Amino acid sequence: MPADPTATGALSTRAARTRERVLTMRGIGKRFGAVKALTDVDFWVNEGEVVALVGDNGAGKSTLVKILAGVHAQDSGTVEFDGEPVEIPTPADAQELGIATVFQDLALCDNLDVVANLWLGRELAATGTLDEVEMEQRTWSLLRELAAKIPSVRLPVASLSGGQRQTVAIARSLVGDPRVVILDEPTAALGVAQTAEVLNLIERLRERGHGVILISHNMADVMAVADRVVVLRLGRNNGVYNVADVTSETLIAAITGATDLARSAAPPPAAPPEDEPAAPIIPLTPTRQRGPGA
Amino acid sequence: MTGVQGVRDRAELLVARVRGGDLGSLPVIVGVIVIWTVFQILNPVFLSSTNLVNLTMQCAAIGTIALGVVLVLLVGEIDLSVGSVAGVAAAVLAVSFVQLQWNAVLAVIAALAIGCLIGLLYGYLLTRFGLPSFVVTLAGLLGFLGLQLWVLGETGSINLPFDSWIVRFAQQMFLPPWASYALAVVAAGLYALSRLRRARQRTAASLISQSYAEIAVRTAALLAFLLVAAWYLNLSRGVGVMFLLFLLLVVAANFALTRTRWGRAVYAVGGSVEAARRAGIRVNRIYLSAFAACSTLAALGGILLAARLAAANQSTGGGDTNLNAIAAAVIGGASLFGGRGTAYAALLGVVVIQSISSGLTLLNLDSSVRFMVTGAVLVLAVIVDSLSRRTRAATGRA
Repeated sequence: MPADPTATGALSTRAARTRERVLTMRGIGKRFGAVKALTDVDFWVNEGEVVALVGDNGAGKSTLVKILAGVHAQDSGTVEFDGEPVEIPTPADAQELGIATVFQDLALCDNLDVVANLWLGRELAATGTLDEVEMEQRTWSLLRELAAKIPSVRLPVASLSGGQRQTVAIARSLVGDPRVVILDEPTAALGVAQTAEVLNLIERLRERGHGVILISHNMADVMAVADRVVVLRLGRNNGVYNVADVTSETLIAAITGATDLARSAAPPPAAPPEDEPAAPIIPLTPTRQRGPGA
Repeated sequence: MTGVQGVRDRAELLVARVRGGDLGSLPVIVGVIVIWTVFQILNPVFLSSTNLVNLTMQCAAIGTIALGVVLVLLVGEIDLSVGSVAGVAAAVLAVSFVQLQWNAVLAVIAALAIGCLIGLLYGYLLTRFGLPSFVVTLAGLLGFLGLQLWVLGETGSINLPFDSWIVRFAQQMFLPPWASYALAVVAAGLYALSRLRRARQRTAASLISQSYAEIAVRTAALLAFLLVAAWYLNLSRGVGVMFLLFLLLVVAANFALTRTRWGRAVYAVGGSVEAARRAGIRVNRIYLSAFAACSTLAALGGILLAARLAAANQSTGGGDTNLNAIAAAVIGGASLFGGRGTAYAALLGVVVIQSISSGLTLLNLDSSVRFMVTGAVLVLAVIVDSLSRRTRAATGRA
């Protein structure tokens, strides 16, 4: 067993605080025909925690988050949300539950402006017509909260830089006030300054109390922003590490299989000790304490 | 972010947009001015009140069809069969009204319903089987031409009685002068009210808003334009009710496209189908509604064509009607690539097309020249669209 997902948020986070467990996946298995994409994978996210999900191509990262996003259904294993077992058959169910996903291609409409993209599919309307004033105001306040640098929310998204587009996509995922935000390779294809901008944004998400799942190939980004790193290799857990006490060499070794925990009996470095007392739960805001579906 | 945006800021924004390839309606308006100037120099009758009244009446039917084409272009598809659909609607109207002696209202509703059904059929074939709209509507172009001939039967041409309100509506109904002026004032007043309301709301929400001075200037300009236009048309027969219907349809379509969730979804689907789908928009419904609206408007255009001619025959909606309607939408600024353009594209485009047609007719040039000139203008319009698209890509506004 690489890690024990039943321990309640006992890991020391970067912010040196522990938070309520939002999402737990246990023993997840997924097959595509003869291919075993995932085998007995455990994974969990706490509120206000950035968990990096790393692994080589084909390690099963995308499959795992697609199960959370409601794109695929797992063959075996359970998903718990706020301690309750849940099924996520469709993307709409994932959103309703409070799991938002920002896919790598961002899925923005280039011809629409920032406000329109942010509210696409759930526009605010008063008496049948769009409530542009309310939408624009809430867009500004959301962007301000994220300290995002967007020159104007009435510009078509096509005229924004890569980092700004990523910002818009992330801001859009927050419109439904999700508990968990999944970011698929958010810094791929971004320049240095833009990457820094997006990493700042991820810090903001943590401060707002969202659980963040970050898929990344970039160890520098992972080390810079994540609290915990979950390594997958060939569809299995291959270690869970606290970023505070790990080097990128160790991570790369786990990713490439130089240290193969799945086959050795060695305990994972970051496995929470069984005897440690459960840490106090720090609520963020009243809304964060609601149960699933509330 | 707060406060009032100055006129200079707005002008700078406009210049930046044009430089970035976001031309909007500018090329068409310039085009109309050039075309009108040239024809006026060649033949002083062109800009006479009588001819402009004729022009407005010629615009109404084709413009209505073009408005539907704009909707389909906005979702990134095309409808090549609007002419045939217009012909079918005209035939259905004539047969049910004249031969079957139906009530005129019932006959109009039947013709519109046929159009709507055809659009739903296109949408179904498109969403259910994933057929390209180009092929589906090409098949429709042939198939519904056949249906039109079959409905008309052996006579091939059915005259509508001149004393029916349908024909009077299209040929003789003009607003009395006082009504046209009153309408101009009401339109400008509604415009000012909606702008003022929006500005107040935005100021209350501390967002950028238009200054009262700007609203006043815009309203005054609109009012002056409408009053002068009405006065000039009133020198001859006046403002045709059929043309007014077309204008109302354009304004209504513009409202639906810019102020409702449906309109937002139309632009989103035209911009990126995948993004729209992932945002939870029911993409299939948007396709269905766009095609249904397009074919219904095409049917209405066919009714107007028949009413204006006081007859439905085998060539109603045939010949260049189809291509003129599609060309008008494109010339007016609806992008063939989807997601760009406004309802006003139909109005501007049809004015260009009909001005060319009217001007060349006044010069006693026959159809050969008209087709060639219209073709050249269409190519020019697509070049402008393509170039502005490339400029947008180069300046990152793709």
